Amino acid sequence: MKIKAVTAIAAVLLSTSVFADEDAELVVNGEIEMVTKTAAPAHLSDALDEVLSGWRFRSDETQLMQMDDFDNPGMVAVDAAAEAWDAVEGSEGKSCASCHGDVADSMVGVRAVYPKWNDAAEEVRTLAMQINDCRENKMGAEKYGYTSGDMAAMEALISVQSRGMPVNVAIDGPVQATWEAGKDLYYTRTGQLDLSCASCHEQNYGNMIRADHLSQGQINGFPVYRLKNAKLNTAHARFKGCVRDTRAETFKPGSAEFIALELYVASRGNGLSVEAPSVRN
Amino acid sequence: MRLTSLTVAAGLALASASFAETVAPGDVVFDEYGAVEASLTGVAGDPANGRSVIVSKKRGNCIACHSAEAWADELFHGEVGPTLDGVGGYRSAAELRGILVNSKKTFEGTVMPAYYKVDGFNRPGDAYTGKAAKELSPLLTAQEIEDVVAFLASLQD
Repeated sequence: MKIKAVTAIAAVLLSTSVFADEDAELVVNGEIEMVTKTAAPAHLSDALDEVLSGWRFRSDETQLMQMDDFDNPGMVAVDAAAEAWDAVEGSEGKSCASCHGDVADSMVGVRAVYPKWNDAAEEVRTLAMQINDCRENKMGAEKYGYTSGDMAAMEALISVQSRGMPVNVAIDGPVQATWEAGKDLYYTRTGQLDLSCASCHEQNYGNMIRADHLSQGQINGFPVYRLKNAKLNTAHARFKGCVRDTRAETFKPGSAEFIALELYVASRGNGLSVEAPSVRN
Repeated sequence: MRLTSLTVAAGLALASASFAETVAPGDVVFDEYGAVEASLTGVAGDPANGRSVIVSKKRGNCIACHSAEAWADELFHGEVGPTLDGVGGYRSAAELRGILVNSKKTFEGTVMPAYYKVDGFNRPGDAYTGKAAKELSPLLTAQEIEDVVAFLASLQD
C-alpha cells in the first residue's frame, strides 16, 4: 500500500514535469499578473465551471517564454508594428499616430472588447476589420491581408496595450444575432472527421490527442506566436487550421462565419486576461 | 475499336468479380446495437497490418486518441478515447467492426470518426487541404477495417 502510494506520487511528479504545470501562475516581466483561470462567464456556466487560458496547457519551457518579453519571440513583431504605427502610408498622408497619437495611450483596453459593434457601419467588427477600415478609408492605404504578418503584428501591438486586462466582449444588444450564429458554429460538426470545436475544446480539454495537450481553445492570447510555424498567428488563421483538420471545407478568414465564431469564442474567455502576443506550441 | 471495348468490358467484369465480396460503405448492415456481423470483404483480417493501421498517422491514427499496451513501443498515446487493453475480451468482432465503420451507431454523439462512411457529412473536405471534397473515400478501406478488427480481437487481458 505504501509502495503503491509512493509510486503514484512519483507518477504524478513525472507527469507534471513532462506536461504543463496546470497550477502555475502567469506573471509577465515580473509585473503583469495574468488571470489564466477564472469562473466561466454566466453564458457558459451550463457547459464549463471555469475557463482556462491555453497557457496552462503548455509545457514549462513554453510557459516560461511568455513570462519575459525578452524571451517572447512575438515581441519582435510588436516592435515592428510600433514603427508601422508611426509610418505615413497611403493617399491621405497619415499614419495611425496621426489620428490615434501614442499607441500606449489611445489603445489601452481596446483589444479587451473586440470583436464589437460598430454603430456607423452597423456591423460586428473584429480588430482586423477595424485596422483595415482605418487603412482603407482614413489613410487611403492598401488593406493588410486578413491573416498577414503585418496584420498579426498590428493586432499584437494594439493587444499589448491591454495586457492583463480582462477580456470583456459584449454578447447582447446589436451583436446578439452574430453571437448566436457563432455559438451555432462552435457546436456544429464539420468534415469527414465530424468534429465541432466543442468536441475537442469543451468535451476533451485537458486530454492528450497524440502528443498535443488539448486546451479550451481560448483566444485571449491571440495573435499567438506558435513555435510550430515560428510566427505570429491570427485567430482566423487558427480557426481555418482547426476546421481543415476535421477534413472539412474551411471558411475563409474574414468571412461572416469566422467573424461570428471569433465573437463567440472571445466571449467564452470573458474574464481571462488579454495575453497577446502569447506563446504556444 | 470493337476489340478495345471488348477488352474494357472483360476488364470490368473481372474487376467486379474480384471485388464481389466487398461491401460498399452505403451497404453495410448494422444490427440494432450498431454491430456489423458480416465481414466487409470475406477475406480474413491480417492482424499485423491492423496494428500498423492503428499506429500510422496517415492511416487509422487510432493512437491519437487511444492507448494500449499492445502499442507501448510507440510514443504519445492519446487520452480522448478509452484504452483498448483487452478490448477483444469484452467486444465481439461484430461490435468492433460496427464501431470502426460508424461508431455513432453504437455510441450516440461520440466524437470518434466513422472510418467506413462516405456521405452525410457537413462541409466534407478533400482530405486535409481545406478545400471541398469532390468525391469522398472512406477513411480506411474495407480490408483495413477487417485487419484492425482482427488485431483488436486479439487483445485479451
